[in-house]
Amino acid sequence: MKTLRDVTVGNTVKVVQLRGEGAVKRRIMDMGITRGTEVFVRKLAPLGDPIEVNVRGYELSLRKADAEMIEVE
Amino acid sequence: MDIRIALAGNPNSGKTTLFNKLTGSNQFVGNWPGVTVEKKEGKLIVDKEVVLTDLPGIYSLSPYTLEEVVARNYLIEERPNAILNIVDGTNLERNLYLTTQLVELGIPVVIAINMMDVVRKNGDKINIQELSRQLGCKIVEISALKGTGVKEAAAAAVEAAQNGKTIPQHTFSGPVEHALAHIEEAAVHGLPEEQQRWYAIKVFERDDKVLEQLKISKETLDHIEKDIQAAEKELDDDAESIITNERYLYIAEILKSSYKKHKAGQLSTSDKIDKVVTNRWLGLPIFALVMALVYWIAMVGVGASATDWANDGLFGDGYHLFGIGTSAYEEEAEAYGDAMNAISAFYELDTEAENFDADAALAELKTVTGEGTATVTVEDEETLATEDMTVYFDKVPEDAGDDVIGMSFQDAVAYVEEKGFEEPDPAEYGVWVPGVPALVDKLLCDEEGEPRVADWLYGLIQDGIVAGVGAVLGFVPQMLVLFLMLAFLEACGYMARIAFVLDRIFRRFGLSGKSFIPMLIGTGCGIPGVMASRTIENERDRRMTIMTTTFIPCGAKVPFIAMIAGAIFGGSPLVSVSAYFIGMAAIVISGIMLKKTRMFAGDPAPFVMELPAYHWPTLGNVLRSMWERGWSFIKKAGTIILLSTIAVWFLSRFGVVDGAFRMLEEDEIGMSLLGRVGSAIAWIFAPLGWGEWRAVVASVTGLVAKENIVGTMGVLYGGGEGTVYQALANAFTGITGYSFLVFNLLCAPCFAAIGAIKREMNSRKWTWFAIGYQCLFAYAVALMINQFGGLFTGNMNVIGLIAALIVLCGMVYMLFFRKYQEATKLEKTVKI
Repeated sequence: MKTLRDVTVGNTVKVVQLRGEGAVKRRIMDMGITRGTEVFVRKLAPLGDPIEVNVRGYELSLRKADAEMIEVE
Repeated sequence: MDIRIALAGNPNSGKTTLFNKLTGSNQFVGNWPGVTVEKKEGKLIVDKEVVLTDLPGIYSLSPYTLEEVVARNYLIEERPNAILNIVDGTNLERNLYLTTQLVELGIPVVIAINMMDVVRKNGDKINIQELSRQLGCKIVEISALKGTGVKEAAAAAVEAAQNGKTIPQHTFSGPVEHALAHIEEAAVHGLPEEQQRWYAIKVFERDDKVLEQLKISKETLDHIEKDIQAAEKELDDDAESIITNERYLYIAEILKSSYKKHKAGQLSTSDKIDKVVTNRWLGLPIFALVMALVYWIAMVGVGASATDWANDGLFGDGYHLFGIGTSAYEEEAEAYGDAMNAISAFYELDTEAENFDADAALAELKTVTGEGTATVTVEDEETLATEDMTVYFDKVPEDAGDDVIGMSFQDAVAYVEEKGFEEPDPAEYGVWVPGVPALVDKLLCDEEGEPRVADWLYGLIQDGIVAGVGAVLGFVPQMLVLFLMLAFLEACGYMARIAFVLDRIFRRFGLSGKSFIPMLIGTGCGIPGVMASRTIENERDRRMTIMTTTFIPCGAKVPFIAMIAGAIFGGSPLVSVSAYFIGMAAIVISGIMLKKTRMFAGDPAPFVMELPAYHWPTLGNVLRSMWERGWSFIKKAGTIILLSTIAVWFLSRFGVVDGAFRMLEEDEIGMSLLGRVGSAIAWIFAPLGWGEWRAVVASVTGLVAKENIVGTMGVLYGGGEGTVYQALANAFTGITGYSFLVFNLLCAPCFAAIGAIKREMNSRKWTWFAIGYQCLFAYAVALMINQFGGLFTGNMNVIGLIAALIVLCGMVYMLFFRKYQEATKLEKTVKI
């Protein structure tokens, strides 16, 4: 399954499912990345990690390792 | 009874601005008990009976982050009379997510939709009546920045506190509601009715903090678990995610009917700025530029003159008002210094001798004959380094180099004939304002300058109290300059980008990208460095930064490093370069080791961070934030700094001489109580290669201020044959000298920095842990340097070597072999 980590910059994807559990998963969902949400990958940080995405009309940054928990299509 | 209202909302929603607008100057700033999270309370300007509590900025009421637990514990346990929920109108979806949780608490909620001016400018439409009906609470439109609607919001909150009631309007899907009904019946029916829904939802989410609090019996829990699992199976997700999902679905549903966005998908100004500022290629150069600017202003341009003024002027001899007369005085002082040096090359002059006669000395000087050149040894005041300088007898040649005194002997004689032997007095140039010690002198001394009070009292007041207060206040001006810039960076939105840009490097050491600023500032002074850690949002990263920032050599350690380099290493510049590398290595190594310890492992720290839109901060907020931080340093750190300074003054200026306890002269520190203590504990430092009381005493006086080490060593190692540097070179080998240097670089910082650590840690236990760790780490590193160094130079000590090997193995194990596991839940309990 494709995850948010694999999405190239400039593309918009739809969230299918979130893996994992506990603090990180809840935080990601609290910030608005839930099933069916559209996520636009805006850019990579200058050092290649983390990534910046646009979700629900605002900018959010998350690490690639955490982006791997988000399955998208 | 007073009315209590809690102000809740997302970070960056304008909460601080609203809080300042509502409370004005009636604020009390502190910390939430036992944690490093800031707590602010204030009385409403319009009604002094109403206390407004500013909760930490949060996105949710989850049990996972410290801020959220603090906020929800306050709401559940203190149960304020009402919640004023500030919502960013330009980002309704995510902001209302918190609202859906607040309305379930059974506390009346009033929503203040902020930034309505921006919403209107964008042409977006919010149907307030509809939204208010859907959410079940009153809504007020405001602009905290412009101050519109703020009074109405406060009035609505007060009104709700007196006789409001908020009933949550949204329902979850069938299977969830079914489970919730069971939970309410089985586990929480004993609670007040309005609180039942919140607890039921938390039990459904399996919130460990709530389950702990409710103490539900095992049977009931098993029974409930079946209902939860049934819902989870039906909806194919875990309970927590189901609730989160449905909240967002619900918000999307109500916004459909009450919110119209004018135009979507266009780049805002903020987006355009961000495209450049965190650009793949420009991001790092821009970051370097911003940091260089911050450093220059805080430490060099404005900060250094502010600190010099506060330490050497206000709490020193005095200062020239607005610098009037400073350059004239400095020119004169330099000429005087040159003249004295030139004279002493050819003639032995002692202006401080009791029977000194200026006229006779001048007459004698005129008879001195000589030719060519002579040499004079000049001592640097800061580092005690000595240098041989050439003095010409009749005329300084045009092409004289740097090692020639700028005045010939004959010119010097002419100089003293005209101006006398007295040192120029800065008070005679420009507009001179005497410093605090000079003013206190006026009170304590008679016309002849002799103290009117007992010597010990005079010493206590001047060297203990005034110097201690100076140590507290001396750093404040520089700190304020730095805080001003930090507040600006935070408010405009760039601080979050710093974390974004640097996260990849710093997370390896258990630090945040935002830790960079404290460390950068720490190269100038560790005190504002430690205080700058306030900008880091995660408590674990914050504590780690507080503990490691002072490893970086600060400005006050530079003269000491120069002294060791000059005396023992022939002035090699490599010594000071290596000091910075050791500081950085200490941070990296400590970060990796500490994050694996039990003290640090308990908190999850997900890096899922909002990058707020850039905006121009308001002057009032920036100034207020600057002032709050500066004041909290004075208040919280002041006592410890003052008391410690007085204690060291007492220990170093009193002692038993010839069987009698008395006060000592400044150069008798060797006989002081501190000297005794130094002798008694010197053995502890023997494995480091310098188990000698003089080195120990110098290290202790370094706690008052690190630059004191040089002065103390000057007194203790000077006075014999040869210079201080020669005495040091005899007392230390290269290895023991380096061990001494490294220990003093890494061990506990000065009292002022310890005070700052205490202020920021907000916990006695953590302060001691930090200081203890620093000393232990310094000891371990110095031990390894001395023992392994001894091995290569043939001074092997078997026991010491074994100890050093054990330390090394321990470090290697912690660094490379011990596994690190990120916590998945917050272990800490927060008592409100």
